[in-house]
Amino acid sequence: MTETGLATGSRPVQEARPATGMRRPRRPLGVGLARPTVLILTGLWVAGPLLPLAVQAFTDQWFYPDLWPNRWSLAGWEQALGPQSRLAEAVATSIGIGAAVAALATALGAAAGRALAWHRLPGRRLIELVLLAPVLVPPFAVAMGAQIVYLRAGLADSLTGVVLAQLPAATAYATLLMSGMWAGVDPALERQARTLGAGAWRAFREVSLPQLRGGLVVAAMFAFLISWSDYLLTLLIGGGVVTTVPLLLFATAAGSGNQAATAAIALVAVAPPLLLTALAARQLAGRDTALLGVGR
Amino acid sequence: MTADITIADLDHTYPGATTPTLRRVTLEVPAGTRTAVLGPSGSGKSTLLSIVAGLSTPTGGDVRLAGHSVLRQPPHRRDLGVVFQRPLLFPHLTVAENVAFGLRMRGTDRTAIRRRVAELLDAVSLPGYGERRSGELSGGQQQRVALARALAARPGVLLLDEPFSALDPQLRGDMRALLTELHRREGSTTLFVTHDRDEATDVADTVTVLLDGRVAQHAPPADLFRRPATLTVARFLGGADNAIPGTASAGHFDCPLGRLRLDTDHRGPGLLLIRPAAIVVGDHPGDNVVPATITAVTDRGTHLDIQATSGGVTLQLTTGPAAPLRPGDDTPLWLPPAHLSVVTP
Repeated sequence: MTETGLATGSRPVQEARPATGMRRPRRPLGVGLARPTVLILTGLWVAGPLLPLAVQAFTDQWFYPDLWPNRWSLAGWEQALGPQSRLAEAVATSIGIGAAVAALATALGAAAGRALAWHRLPGRRLIELVLLAPVLVPPFAVAMGAQIVYLRAGLADSLTGVVLAQLPAATAYATLLMSGMWAGVDPALERQARTLGAGAWRAFREVSLPQLRGGLVVAAMFAFLISWSDYLLTLLIGGGVVTTVPLLLFATAAGSGNQAATAAIALVAVAPPLLLTALAARQLAGRDTALLGVGR
Repeated sequence: MTADITIADLDHTYPGATTPTLRRVTLEVPAGTRTAVLGPSGSGKSTLLSIVAGLSTPTGGDVRLAGHSVLRQPPHRRDLGVVFQRPLLFPHLTVAENVAFGLRMRGTDRTAIRRRVAELLDAVSLPGYGERRSGELSGGQQQRVALARALAARPGVLLLDEPFSALDPQLRGDMRALLTELHRREGSTTLFVTHDRDEATDVADTVTVLLDGRVAQHAPPADLFRRPATLTVARFLGGADNAIPGTASAGHFDCPLGRLRLDTDHRGPGLLLIRPAAIVVGDHPGDNVVPATITAVTDRGTHLDIQATSGGVTLQLTTGPAAPLRPGDDTPLWLPPAHLSVVTP
């Protein structure tokens, strides 16, 4: 240490810092507050519209310009969950379709992702563009076209038809996600496993699969959520025979005008995404999964 | 248990490539022996190993293990162990689980697996490392685990693809000694691919030199240096410093140095090869002593590099660091017949 250091009295301060280096300069207060502020504003922006919903579901009297309802009630829930309500059935249908879509899309996505990540495919760019199509093409156009095709194929008005109709978009997402996961798995490891007596399928199961587990969970979750919130395809292909939660929600909102019941059903529709996101966050905690920004 | 490897007329060309990677490669590795395939990068040696392992398919020829053609068998049915340049330990498994992998694939029962894993971790000097993850080990330790893993199921054949090239030189020597020791214990027929001369001669009892996809020579290490089959082999092994043109006949070679006695199958015009370190300074009873004049002496500390002329031919030789030689000295040089070879120019 130099004499100037002693003279200015800065020496003890510097000594007190850990000797390992990494001296972090003190940040101005404004910068320190920027992050929490952005987080809170973003949270409000996303969750804000849900808050009145949570209030609405528990009252039958909340009129403009009151800031707060003047009477609480469970009438909305009684209606939503009551004997003549079809909510339970709709939830079961949604879960069934969602589970089927999640399972199929994840399996297909894992297989396609491996091919995309590990093999030099001809027209790879084109394939990637096609995979992005569900994001780029207006859903209405797809749904209208799909309805004609499924009607001709005799798959309309059935659960199978709805699952098949929802599958392309879910598979595209799963494939994009899984190709990122596969890119992080060393193909040489499966080769090594094969020389140690594992067949091709066993080598995949024993060596690559455990490394993909986090990605598979996220892919399945995405696929389930795409299915869970789908309205248009289910309406057109399901033909009113297949009633999922979004369809019931829309029907209740448009048909009954019962705001409390509508809010209650809306809360039921929102619950699984929140629950699954929390589960996925736990699954991804501590993992280096930089996929689509998820978990990082 | 241990199996002989027969490689017969193996051809390989990568799809879309114009020149073949392997051309009519024939090689025999008797059961329980160690053969090194030595070649520069791009000589096709890794492809050769990959074909024996079943990870690549040849365009022609055959591979037999223990007398049976294995070309139609997938890698996991070939009863072999492979160690690559990278350790390739399974990241989600512990060290013990990695070593146990091959045994588990073969359905070995748990007690036997535990016993064998402990035995092998001892053999590679990593006792008590079983519960660690591969990421906690150094490069050398990882490669030792990879060796143990490859040998765990007692394969008839052990294939090694540049297994020590990624390690630092100090460690490489230890690993060679370990490999020799493991081979003595386990006895698997070993085929070893390397670009490193010292590694090949250190580890193997027979060396196959592979140049441009062809077997250039197949011989015990000492013969390889003493009697290179071609000028290219001699150059690759660093033994073409002295190449003297002349004519070979039964038991003799006539060149500007005079008539030298040697044993060669070569007839007619050829190049005489002798390594600098094989030339002996001073007189010697018998043939092959030539008068020479020292023209240059370079002290390398560990040895002297010397240039001499004899009959208008420049010779390179090396001696111990204390040899009392100066430029201008006249001295006889002995060219020992056992170290002379003749190749096609």
